[in-house]
Amino acid sequence: MVTITNLHKKFGKNIVLSGIDLNINEGGIFAILGPNGSGKTTLIKSILGMVIPNKGTITVMGENIKHNSAYRNKIDYLPQIANFPSNLKVKELITMIKDLRGRTSEDEYLINHFKLEPFLNKKLGTLSGGTKQKVNIVLTFMFDCPLIILDEPTAGLDPISLIRLKEIIKIEKDKGKTILITSHIMSFVEEISDEIVFILEGKIHFKGTIAKLKKNTNQPNFEHAIASILIDNHA
Amino acid sequence: MKKGVVLLITFLIFLAFNVSAETIVVCSSCKISSIKTAISIAKDHDTILIKKGIYKEYDIVVNKPLSIIGENLPIIDGELKGEIFTIISNNVVIDGLHIINVGSSYTKDYAAIRVKRSRNFVIQNVILEKLFFGIYLEKARDGKILNNKIIGNAVIEHSSGNGIQLWYSKNIVIENNFIQQVRDGIYLEFSDNCIIKNNVSANNLRYGLHFMFSNHDDYINNTFENNGAGVAVMFSKHIKMLNNTFKKNWGSASYGLLLKEINDAEIIGNLFEENTIGINIEGTNRITYKNNNFIRNGWALKVRGACYANSFISNNFLYNSFDVSYNSKLNDNIFDNNYWSNYTGYDLDKDGVGDVPYRPVKLFSYIVNRTPETIILLRSLFIDIIDFSEKVSPVFTPDNLMDNRPSIKKIKW
Amino acid sequence: MLKILKYSFYDLIRSRWSYVYFMFYLMLGIVLLFLNTDLSKAVITLMNVIIVLVPLIGTVFGVMYYYSSKEFTELLLAQPLKRSSIFLGQYLGVALSLTMSLIIGLGIPFVFYGLFKSNAIWDFSLLLITGAFLTFIFTALAFNIAISNENKIKGFGYAILLWLFLAVIYDGVFLMFLIVFEDYPLDKLSLFGIMLNPIDLSRTLILLKLDISALLGYTGAVFKKFFGTNFGLIVSTIMLSVWVILPVLRIVYISKKKDF
Repeated sequence: MVTITNLHKKFGKNIVLSGIDLNINEGGIFAILGPNGSGKTTLIKSILGMVIPNKGTITVMGENIKHNSAYRNKIDYLPQIANFPSNLKVKELITMIKDLRGRTSEDEYLINHFKLEPFLNKKLGTLSGGTKQKVNIVLTFMFDCPLIILDEPTAGLDPISLIRLKEIIKIEKDKGKTILITSHIMSFVEEISDEIVFILEGKIHFKGTIAKLKKNTNQPNFEHAIASILIDNHA
Repeated sequence: MKKGVVLLITFLIFLAFNVSAETIVVCSSCKISSIKTAISIAKDHDTILIKKGIYKEYDIVVNKPLSIIGENLPIIDGELKGEIFTIISNNVVIDGLHIINVGSSYTKDYAAIRVKRSRNFVIQNVILEKLFFGIYLEKARDGKILNNKIIGNAVIEHSSGNGIQLWYSKNIVIENNFIQQVRDGIYLEFSDNCIIKNNVSANNLRYGLHFMFSNHDDYINNTFENNGAGVAVMFSKHIKMLNNTFKKNWGSASYGLLLKEINDAEIIGNLFEENTIGINIEGTNRITYKNNNFIRNGWALKVRGACYANSFISNNFLYNSFDVSYNSKLNDNIFDNNYWSNYTGYDLDKDGVGDVPYRPVKLFSYIVNRTPETIILLRSLFIDIIDFSEKVSPVFTPDNLMDNRPSIKKIKW
Repeated sequence: MLKILKYSFYDLIRSRWSYVYFMFYLMLGIVLLFLNTDLSKAVITLMNVIIVLVPLIGTVFGVMYYYSSKEFTELLLAQPLKRSSIFLGQYLGVALSLTMSLIIGLGIPFVFYGLFKSNAIWDFSLLLITGAFLTFIFTALAFNIAISNENKIKGFGYAILLWLFLAVIYDGVFLMFLIVFEDYPLDKLSLFGIMLNPIDLSRTLILLKLDISALLGYTGAVFKKFFGTNFGLIVSTIMLSVWVILPVLRIVYISKKKDF
């Protein structure tokens, strides 16, 4: 699905990614973990073509993404912070994204699912953070793409919406899609992901299932397993 | 008895006049086909009637009082050989001729019509084309030049002549003439008491109208457009300049009106529009400028120094790039109750007079005088800022040069 | 690109600031014309406003829009869209909505005043064209600054500095330069200096209309050719277009290399 070879990226003098090799197979939920500043978001953004790597190649579904924009037709992306043009109404934003990407009818179902009907005619500038995130989620799942990338999808969501989000992720997974998630909430990751990648200081330190991680680190608990990787590396 | 004698004399005079004032007809198929022949056989006070046609003649000397009248504008073609008419007698009338191809020379000022030491002449309805000098008055008096059209083709200043030239002449009326593309449209040298009225002088190489050492002349209601400079008045006194229009005299040494060493003149009711310099003033004293309109000139007034006791009263200064420029810090002239479109003051007491004096000289005009290229910074915000600071505390511009009673509304008269 | 342009444009023409800008020009036009009743004077005042204020507003608005729509831009970047179309679309959206506010805001009072019957229509059209050029140029410059500076405060600072430099300081330095080197032939150089500053260029374009009498007072042959014929008008217009094109090309160029 996504193949990354020898990816390097630095911002100024600050080396963020140094030699990432990663192969993400089709199907399943894939979590990218790591402490703040470890390069998670940079990695995701590299896949999306928003960050331009200094070195290395990325292919998505067999296509090299360099100087390419069409491949993004096959990706749904949920950005970390959703801030939309404040003068647009929710309805208009949805129409606009549809206009940019092509027709879909999923939006009605999703709007209903997240109970967004009362907000459709409100301007985006007047919405609360949580509602914005819901709109964000609707926009992401509206299209039927084989690859879904979610950057901190749980931010600002109320418990009910969180449950609904999980439902949707499950549904998409069952359709055989590949889902890439970053999150700080370990319980969320543990609950939904099939495989994790742990990044530290721009390098991959672990790739595999949670069970394998627990075994490798001899920790019964996922959070502790993660913590032990960190302690080992800093010790 | 006395009455009878008067009647008899009147009758005799009438008879004599009738008898002597014959009309001689000239045409190509007539008995007399040349103007020269006609003049030679004519008696005093005869009329020579020239029919339509082309007459190739030059050096025609009019030596007796005659009326030479053209019918339907006969063409007198000088074939570039020399002067065409030379009038050396009093009481000559020339009317309705079309004179072309005057000879040109570097040594002699050939003219289409020259009047020499004569009085009481009238030159009217004449068209002059392809000329060197047009109408040249030499020590002539009491004549009239009316309704003529002088169309030159001058290109270089030193090899071309003037449209109407007066030299040591007096009491001449020049009215309703149209003059274009000669060196000076009208040139007066040592000529006094002349009236120049309702003429149009345009596209001339040097000046539309030019005074040298001439006094007590009036020019009224004339239009001067697109000349090297509109009007030049030099070394003259008591000239009245009323209700003229000076327009589009553009160029580096181009003025609507150039005043040099002149005293006691009146400049009233004129319009100066779109000239590079409206009036260029140098060495003038006691001149009154009143009720003139200065519209969209580069410089409305450029004062070059040695100007004393001039007064600028109730004029309109509208949208000039510079209203007034001075080249010194001294000022002995009065500006009063003018309307300045650049005035930004207010009139709180509503008496029609601005409560803050107006300073018409901008600092930037000094800079441009010094470094002419800086003109391209005109209307730049930076320039506005330095002009403003100069306005608040004058350093370079004359302290007392201001209009203390600037009008709030455009002045009407 | 057109889709982005459409949405940016809709977004902007509904924003409060567009109305403020529009109302400002509307009021300005009304005040100038109906309280003054002197068309020539109104055109001169307008010129002063246009060459100073339009660049400032273009700059500030451009930077502001870029920063405030940053997250939205990121959303767009994840869509199957070319980077150049995203940024050019946004740029054109801002520039067009500003230009529209300017033209309609000033146009309405002038049309009501009976502009079409007056001779000033050419002066006025030239003013609006110049205003449009300046909006496009300075919005493009603002986008350049904003794209190159992640830090909002810095970006704003640079933008204001750029405006201050081009509107005031440049002319000051230029003037000093001309005075210091006044003994040398300067006419070519001074025209060249004008070309390097879009505000000066537009000012020159307007001077050609308003102050041609004064400009022709200078003797230099190059000046004469520039101001005395259509040469100046043509060259200035071409240069203004270059001033639009270059920053726009740079937007495309740096947007391709930038990380978000």
